[in-house]
Amino acid sequence: MSRALWILAVLLSHWRRHPLQFATLLIGLISATALWSGVQALNAQARSSYDRAAATLGGARTATLVSPNGDHFPQQLFVDLRRAGWPVSPVVEGQVRIGGRTLRLTGIEPLSLPVEASAAPAIGTANLQGFILPPGQTLLSPDTLAALNLAEGATPQISSGGRLPPLKPQAEIAPGVLVVDIGFAQQLLGLQDQVSRLLIGSKAAASRPPLREVVGDQLKQVEPDTETDLERLTDSFHLNLTAFGLLSFLVGLFIVNSAIGLAFEQRRPMLRTLRACGASARLLNSVMVIELTLIALVAGLIGLVCGYFIAATLLPDVAASLRGLYGAQIPGELSLKPQWWLAGIAISILGALAAASASLIKAARMPVLAAAQAFAWQQAQQRWLLIQGSVALLVFTAAAGFLLLGDSLLSGFAVLAAILLGAALGLPAVLGLALALGERGATRPLMKWFWADNRLQLSGLSLALMALLLALGVNVGVGTMVESFSRTFVRWLDGRLTAEVYLNAASDAQAGEIKAWLQHRPEVTALLPGARAEVKLDNWPAEIIGFADDPTYRDNWPLLEQSRDVWDSVARGDGALISEQLSRRMKLTLGDRISVPTGNGPWPLTVAAIYADYGNPRGQIGVAYAALIARFPEVAQTRFGLRVDPAKVPALVDDLRTTFKLDNRSLADQATLKTESKRIFNRTFAVTAALNAFTLGIAGVALLTSLLTLGNSRLPQVAPLWAIGITRRKLAFIELMKTLSMAALTALLALPLGLLVAWCLIAVVNVKAFGWRLPFEVFPWELLKLLGVALLASLIAAALPILKLVRMQPARLVKVFADER
Amino acid sequence: MLTVSGLTKSYRSGQDSVAVLRGVDFVLAAGESVALTGESGSGKSTLLHLIAGLDQPDGGDIVYGDVTISRLADAARAAFRRDRLGLVFQQFNLIPSLTVADNLSFQSRLAGRHDAQWHAELIERLGLGALQKRYPEQLSGGQQQRVAIGRALAVKPVLLLADEPTGNLDEATADDVLALANDLVRRTGCGFLMVTHSERLAAMLDRRVHLHAGLIH
Amino acid sequence: MSASNPISRRAFAGGLLALGLGGPRALAQGFAGLGSDAGHFAPVVPGRVLTFPADHGPHPDFRIEWWYLTANLKDADGKAYGVQWTLFRQAMTPGPQRDGWANQQIWMAHAALTSAETHRYAEKFSRGGIGQAGVTAAPFRAVIDDWAMQGTDTMNVSTLSPLDVTASGADFGYRLRLTAERPLVLQGDAGYSRKSERGQASYYYSQPYFAAHGALTIDGRPIEVSGTAWMDREFSSQPLASDQTGWDWFSLHLSSGEKVMLFRLRQSDGKAYFAGNWIGLDGRSEQLAPDAIALDPIGFTETAGRKLPTRWRVRVPGHGLSIDTTPLNPNSWMGTSFPYWEGPISFGGSQTCNGYLEMTGY
Repeated sequence: MSRALWILAVLLSHWRRHPLQFATLLIGLISATALWSGVQALNAQARSSYDRAAATLGGARTATLVSPNGDHFPQQLFVDLRRAGWPVSPVVEGQVRIGGRTLRLTGIEPLSLPVEASAAPAIGTANLQGFILPPGQTLLSPDTLAALNLAEGATPQISSGGRLPPLKPQAEIAPGVLVVDIGFAQQLLGLQDQVSRLLIGSKAAASRPPLREVVGDQLKQVEPDTETDLERLTDSFHLNLTAFGLLSFLVGLFIVNSAIGLAFEQRRPMLRTLRACGASARLLNSVMVIELTLIALVAGLIGLVCGYFIAATLLPDVAASLRGLYGAQIPGELSLKPQWWLAGIAISILGALAAASASLIKAARMPVLAAAQAFAWQQAQQRWLLIQGSVALLVFTAAAGFLLLGDSLLSGFAVLAAILLGAALGLPAVLGLALALGERGATRPLMKWFWADNRLQLSGLSLALMALLLALGVNVGVGTMVESFSRTFVRWLDGRLTAEVYLNAASDAQAGEIKAWLQHRPEVTALLPGARAEVKLDNWPAEIIGFADDPTYRDNWPLLEQSRDVWDSVARGDGALISEQLSRRMKLTLGDRISVPTGNGPWPLTVAAIYADYGNPRGQIGVAYAALIARFPEVAQTRFGLRVDPAKVPALVDDLRTTFKLDNRSLADQATLKTESKRIFNRTFAVTAALNAFTLGIAGVALLTSLLTLGNSRLPQVAPLWAIGITRRKLAFIELMKTLSMAALTALLALPLGLLVAWCLIAVVNVKAFGWRLPFEVFPWELLKLLGVALLASLIAAALPILKLVRMQPARLVKVFADER
Repeated sequence: MLTVSGLTKSYRSGQDSVAVLRGVDFVLAAGESVALTGESGSGKSTLLHLIAGLDQPDGGDIVYGDVTISRLADAARAAFRRDRLGLVFQQFNLIPSLTVADNLSFQSRLAGRHDAQWHAELIERLGLGALQKRYPEQLSGGQQQRVAIGRALAVKPVLLLADEPTGNLDEATADDVLALANDLVRRTGCGFLMVTHSERLAAMLDRRVHLHAGLIH
Repeated sequence: MSASNPISRRAFAGGLLALGLGGPRALAQGFAGLGSDAGHFAPVVPGRVLTFPADHGPHPDFRIEWWYLTANLKDADGKAYGVQWTLFRQAMTPGPQRDGWANQQIWMAHAALTSAETHRYAEKFSRGGIGQAGVTAAPFRAVIDDWAMQGTDTMNVSTLSPLDVTASGADFGYRLRLTAERPLVLQGDAGYSRKSERGQASYYYSQPYFAAHGALTIDGRPIEVSGTAWMDREFSSQPLASDQTGWDWFSLHLSSGEKVMLFRLRQSDGKAYFAGNWIGLDGRSEQLAPDAIALDPIGFTETAGRKLPTRWRVRVPGHGLSIDTTPLNPNSWMGTSFPYWEGPISFGGSQTCNGYLEMTGY
């Protein structure tokens, strides 16, 4: 044991003498862990709130009994089922409005509530008596309490007139949900003795009679969803995040790999001496693994703290885009489980060991006696470039394979990953080729040396350059995608948001009043009613929007594909426009038939056109307003678009607002809506962009640290030149040029790679993830900018080692001749 | 104390196998100091490495007292080296990240037999008192080799093995260092086997054996 | 639950407390509160005449109440079984009964089936007011979900016979018909059963003369059984003193045909309050003085992480009774929301035969 400790101390002494190298290693591990665990924290936060929402909102985790038409049903059915031995628990639900905010009121029965259905263990166990006896309690998330601007214990009035039981914040409740005892909920919702659905406990029970025997066909059983709607809809978003986290993690590991590789090379004589002095190979290798594990542990902990802050910083953006895109409510406060910390530490250690595996294996196989091998170095490098190049080709082939054969988002990411990996692996070979060509072309001795020495440096720098290539490639790719998106989106919004004013009345009655009132406003040239119904097609949530037959749509609605009489067939009621997402998911093309489930049987429609519906996670079908109302008579007929003389919009909006007490949610002009939509979409990519910037930053760090660590080992190469009369200043300039030329070569190679990545994102990943495809555009100016950024980053990274060289005491250069070799 | 018998070793070079040692027989008595000479490529270093257990012979035996180290596995040979042998190389092979004091005590600590008194005595006799806190790169070649000899002797080995220990030193320094080593070897009573190509240095030891064409003469 | 927590007999209040009326600390406070709050519930006073069928039904003015059946059964091969069926009622607050979900009654039920090898049990909860659980006096019917104990069309209110009893859990079920020829027995002093020297008491009557026959289901296999059963009815508002920590209760069917009910209420100061009734061959119920009863543990079992006295020496010297009891299954642990031990016992000594033992607060 003490022997191992002594060896550990000796190994660690290396880092004390090379603090910069140690910093590199730590930075690599910390950034890898931080970005990965930060992204994991975001995903976990979102998933846990979906779970909570699912458990308290939809009960999607539990099998349920509902009435076939989705209506409320008599409570007596609950009693009948219980008396027949069914372990059911009643839930009553409805919407309530408090101060203009719509919330979901859920009434539960804590005594029969199945344990697994209660996301909040506090419901029903913390204070049963307080919960069910008057005045009762309204459990809600602290976020919702804050949003309502109310204090604990308040009893706010709801729009229907009743008062909620005293509010009690409880972290486990999903945002936007109020949980009360079923008795209070029935009263508040005006659903006396009515139940919305019954949860079926999974607790094993003795045999129960068939459902039909007890309740006839009044109820049907709905099996639990393995995935909630929210999860299904947001999957792609989280996969995106995960992919970026993974990419950053890999870039971080590149740094770790290069730091450890360099350290190994530098410690090679030390390891030999240790072995010669009688440390056995096995002990030495074990201690090296322990050393690495310890470092990874420390770095992992720091990385986790950083990851926490990254997640906390990005959370508002993530929450905003999830809310904007999917209506998913994520609490703004980050709460992490112990598993997250453990997983973070584990990933740091595993990552470090993986990144170090090559060095560790080399160390384990290292013979005690140094083979004469100074010359073999070049051959080894050649062979290595050849092998790595071949692997790169293989990986590219795999990418093509994924592209041709894959049909899922995962395969889309696999294509992307394979392209990036192949490019990174192929980089040294391509650079080596370029440098060899340069060397052949050079005639002046100094130039010849310039190219030759660059080649010698290649193996030391290649990992950093690979990281730079990846970061730049991804930056180009994502930048191009985001830019393409935002331009397309703006054009598309112009086509879709054509009415000047959009309003949504509080009730059908108010809608009638507003319509009548608008009759007397001459500036309103058209009143376009709209309605929407929600259905499930192939178990996928979809919405049907009804719109009026009006030139507003005929002239402006941008369609991707259309049949000849599209607008007439829609107006007749038998044609439908479908969104691109829906057409891709259900593989529908023009002329195909779809059958929409309605309360009164299926509704057959013919696909008359396909339109882009960017950013909508749900499938969408556009039909004639009248046809929709006929098939779904219960939908609210409260939405309108108004065509108004643009100059008179503000006055009209003001009048409407004051006359009918409409808030911002129910009344919006076109300009506001457009701004809002763009804002939401910018936030969607804000996270992507932030992670992108992080990745580029890490690549810069990788380059810097590689150059710094190379700096010392380069003395023997530089000293002879100095000795034959080249000034330090000139040498420094040559060194700088070398670095910049390598970086520039890499950056140039990153451009085609980035465009390939962008194409992959636009044509493969986005289509799979979101169901829509953007037109692919190239933005040369953006590319130039990025090129500049890359060169600047390498300039900064190269500056420090160069400065060191300029300032170096001649004595140190002399020393090279005095005692090296 | 050390008996080498019938030792053979060959290296593969491309298609050919080159026999370096062709049956070396050699005995070193306890406390004896022996110079091993020979031209470049005669196999001096190979023989020394085999005796140090750094490599395995193709045939023959190397026996220390009752231990035949040529038949031990790698880990056991490492342990033997650690506990019973001292090694000094031409390139000093100090650990650059450890101070002089730590380098000196390095092997003895590894062997778990660090002796503070002996350590202090070595420091004094090697004239390293003022240099203890320094790192190897801050020392001259002669100073570095003195540290290396100190490290090898700190473990109180039965045999000190040195491979051209003064090859990197000037003549005057080389004489000083070897004299010091010889003195310390006598003081500890251990054996001393030094590979050298210098007749002058070889003459400073008890006996001299010459290796030629893979055989001892 | 630690031993320091006072509990009521038959664990009812404890069960609710574990469910949601508070943690262990609140349990103690809850009980102290239970005592002080009793004033708003109907008090238990000597001299109340129990009348039937009215008193078979619920007494919502009282805080707590139960319908408690235990049966000692044998199958055709003579293999012994025990069956428990219990329905508890507790009022969360006193006052007039409210309708629907606002009703302040909570119902809880336990069912168990014990053999020498296994002890299976299940529990149920229900709110009052909506018809999921409840009791009616005439016709007599006590139900919770699909568990029931109900009189047949021909039930005699003075014998509470015949009754049909049914319950099932995930791995067991039973269905029994109970018949008795002899009238109900009043426990304590004409139905007034004292629980401490400070006046805590309950109204308590029993039907110890049931003959039972029916079928058990164990792992889906039906088993025909017959034997004896004992039903207890008890209601109270303040059943325990605050320093009483637990309870050891016996119902014994003696080989002579006599029936004995004995209990010991343990106090936190290590002392205990003893009570019991001796029911003679003529059906007359004689209240036993506290010092006429000796209950002493003679064997212990480690079960569910606790040490429980599962073997007892029971003596009523005044009646020449001295017996040693043995449990059918020493691991008759009810791991319900509020856990306790309840199982069939047999005994030997001055008399032989069988009965039931319940131990709470360990």
